[in-house]
Amino acid sequence: MNLRRLKALCRKEALQILRDPSSNVIAFVLPVIMLLIFGYGINLDAKGLRVGLVLEDTSVEANRFAASLYGSPYLRITTALTRAELAQALVKGQVRGFVVIPQDFSEKLKRPTDTAPILIVTDGSEPNTANFVENFVRSSWQGWLLERAASRGESPPASVTLEPRFWFNPSAESRNYLIPGSITIIMTVIGALLTSLVVAREWERGTMEALLASPVTRAELLLSKLIPYYALGMLSLLICVAVSTFLLNVPFRGSFLVLWMVGSLFLGSALGMGLLLSTVTRNQFNAAQAALNAAFLPAVILSGFIYEIRSMPAVIRAVTYLIPARYFVTAMQTLFQAGDLWPVLSRAMLFLGVASAYFIGMTALKTRRRLD
Amino acid sequence: MLHRIATLILKELQALLQDRQSRMLLIVPVLLQLAVFPFAATLEVKNNTLAVFNEDAGAESAELVQRLSRAQAFTRILYLNSEREMRQSIDRQEALLVLRFSPEFSRALGSSSPVKIQAILDGRRSNSAQIALGYVGQILQRYLDDRNLRQGRVALSSVQVRHWFNPNLDYVYHIVPSLVAIITTVSTLVVTSLSIAREREQGTFDQLLVSPLTPGMIMIGKTVPALLVAGVQATIILSAGVFVYRIPFQGSLPLLYGSMFFYILALAGFGLLISSVCSTQQQAFLGVFSFMMPAVLLSGFPSPVENMPLWLQYLDWFNPLRHFIVIVKGVFLKNMSAPLLWPALWPLLVIAALTLTAADWMFRRRLG
Repeated sequence: MNLRRLKALCRKEALQILRDPSSNVIAFVLPVIMLLIFGYGINLDAKGLRVGLVLEDTSVEANRFAASLYGSPYLRITTALTRAELAQALVKGQVRGFVVIPQDFSEKLKRPTDTAPILIVTDGSEPNTANFVENFVRSSWQGWLLERAASRGESPPASVTLEPRFWFNPSAESRNYLIPGSITIIMTVIGALLTSLVVAREWERGTMEALLASPVTRAELLLSKLIPYYALGMLSLLICVAVSTFLLNVPFRGSFLVLWMVGSLFLGSALGMGLLLSTVTRNQFNAAQAALNAAFLPAVILSGFIYEIRSMPAVIRAVTYLIPARYFVTAMQTLFQAGDLWPVLSRAMLFLGVASAYFIGMTALKTRRRLD
Repeated sequence: MLHRIATLILKELQALLQDRQSRMLLIVPVLLQLAVFPFAATLEVKNNTLAVFNEDAGAESAELVQRLSRAQAFTRILYLNSEREMRQSIDRQEALLVLRFSPEFSRALGSSSPVKIQAILDGRRSNSAQIALGYVGQILQRYLDDRNLRQGRVALSSVQVRHWFNPNLDYVYHIVPSLVAIITTVSTLVVTSLSIAREREQGTFDQLLVSPLTPGMIMIGKTVPALLVAGVQATIILSAGVFVYRIPFQGSLPLLYGSMFFYILALAGFGLLISSVCSTQQQAFLGVFSFMMPAVLLSGFPSPVENMPLWLQYLDWFNPLRHFIVIVKGVFLKNMSAPLLWPALWPLLVIAALTLTAADWMFRRRLG
C-alpha cells in the first residue's frame, strides 16, 4: 500500500464527486428533501378522521351519544340522512367509516331486558385507519356509557379504564420514530446507490483498464472508492440529524460519539454493498436496478422503520436479521428517543460490523486485476 | 411511418431483453416483492410480547391475563415482578406494552367501583403500541360483557363492527392492489428514462436523432415498451393477488386496464421529461429516484393522504401514483364504477398531457 498513490486516487474520486452536480444533489439536497417528506408526508397518527353518522333514531338519548362522537378530538363527524348516502361516500373514500344509531336505539335502551346496539362500518381497504376508526368510536361510546350512568346517579356498569402512558414519546407522535428510521433509508440510498455506479462506470467508460494498467493495488483501489464516499455519507448523516432535531423538532437523546460509531459501521455495510454490486455487474444500468432492489427496498420494508418486524412470518423475520438497515433503524430510534442504551446499541454495532466486513471483504474478493 | 415506429419498438424490446442479467432484473424483483411485501409490509400487530406486572392476587386479573394470552397479537406473556423489570422490558424492546394491575384490582371490580389498569407503551413504536392497546381494550370489553352475562345482567348497549371490502382487516387486501401501482411505476420509469440515458452515454442516441425518426416517434418508441412491460407485470401481480392471495376481484378489468393505460402515459411523460434533462445514467437514475421516492411515499400507500398537511396534499395532486392507487384499490376491492372513478382519472389525463407535451418540447429544443 502506497499512501501517496492512495491520496492521489482519493483526490481523483473526490474531484469526480464534486464536479458531478448529481452526486452533490444526492448527498446534500436529497437528504433534506427526503427528511421533509418523511417528516410531513408520512404520518400514522389519525387525527380528524372523517366519519359519517346516521341518526335513524332522533331521540334525546341518541343525540347524547352523537354529542360524545362530536366531542372526540380524533373524529370529524359528518351527518347524513340515510345509510345509502354514507355507503357511497365510503366507496368514494370521502369518509373512512360511519356510525349508525338504529331506529329502536332509545326504545331498547329503556327496556332492561334488551341491549341497544350501535353499528360501526369502516373502510377495510385502509386497514390501519379502519382500526383507528373502530377504537376511537368505541372509546366515545364508553365515555357516553359512563357519563349516562353518572348523570342518572346510577352506579356505572363494571368498568375498567386503560390508562396508557407512552414512554420516550409521551404524545405518541409517529413522526418521532419515523424520522430516525427514515435517516436509515436516506443513508442506504446515499451509500449503496452512489457506490453502485462508481466501479461499473469505470468499466463502461474504459477507465478501469487505464487504472489496472497502473501499479495500483487492489486495496488501494477499494479504499480510494470507500474513503471519499464515506466522508460524503458522514456529512449527509450530520445534515440529517441536524434537520431532524432543529427543523423537525425530534428530540435527540444519545451522544454524538455513539452516533458516529453506529453511523460509520452502517455506512461501511451500505458502501460495501454498493461496491459489490457494481463490481459484479460491471454495468451501470443493471447495478442501479440491483441496488434499488437489494438495498433500498429491504431498507424500507424489512428494517422495521415503519412495518413491525414481529408481525412478519418466521421466514421473513429470519431474513430481516441479515439486513443491515434493521440494526441501524433500531439504533437510530433508540439513540433519538431513549439515549445511549447499551444493551440495544452494542448488539446493533456487532451486527453492523460483521455486515461491513462481509460486504467489503466480498468486494475485495471479486475485484480482479485482470481484463477478462 | 408505422413501420418505422414498429422497428424502433422492436429494437427497444431487444435492448431490454437482450441478455440474461437484464431479463432477470425485469422479472425476479417483481416475483420477490410479490412474495415478500404482502407478508412484510403490514401494520398489523401479531406475535408480540405483552408484559404483565400483576400486583393483584385475585381471580379477576388472572382470568383477564389468561384471555389476553390467547389473543393473536400476543404470543408471549412476560411476567414481571418489579418496576425495575418493567423499565427494562420496555427499554430493551422485549415487550411492546406492559399492563400493571394494582393490588386492589379484583376487589374493586367485585364491588363495582371504577378500576384502572396502567398501560406502559413503547413510544418508539407508538403506532403498533396503539393498535395493541386497542386489542387489549376489545378483549377487556368482551371480558366485562361476559362477566355481566354471568351475573345475569343485560348490557345496556353494545357495539357491532363491520369492516367493508375487507371483513377481517387483512393487510394483504391493501398491499397487493397497491403493489400493482408501485411496481409498474418502477419499471415504466426505468424503461423510459434510464434507457434514453444509456443511449446518450453510449452515443446511440445521436444515431437515433440523425435517422428519419422524429422526436415524437422516438418518444412513442420508448413509451410503447414501457406499456408492454408494465402491462405484463401488472397482470402477474393481479393474478397472484386473485389466485395466490385469494383477494376477491370485485370490479371491472377493462376499466382497470383502461385507467392503467393513462397512468403509464402520465408516468412515461415524467420519465421522458427526466431523461431530456440528463446526460449520464447516474443523473437519470438520480432523477428517477428523486421522482419515484416521494411519489411512492406520498401515494397513500404507507400512510393515508388525508393525514398530510393541506399544502402537501395540494402539491401531491401532481403525483400520478396517488390517483392511480385510489383507482386500483377502488376497482379491485370496492367495485368502483366509472363515474365514481372519474375524480381520480381526470387528473391522470391532465398530468399525462402536460408531461408528454413538456417532454416533446424539451427534446425538440435540444435538437435545435
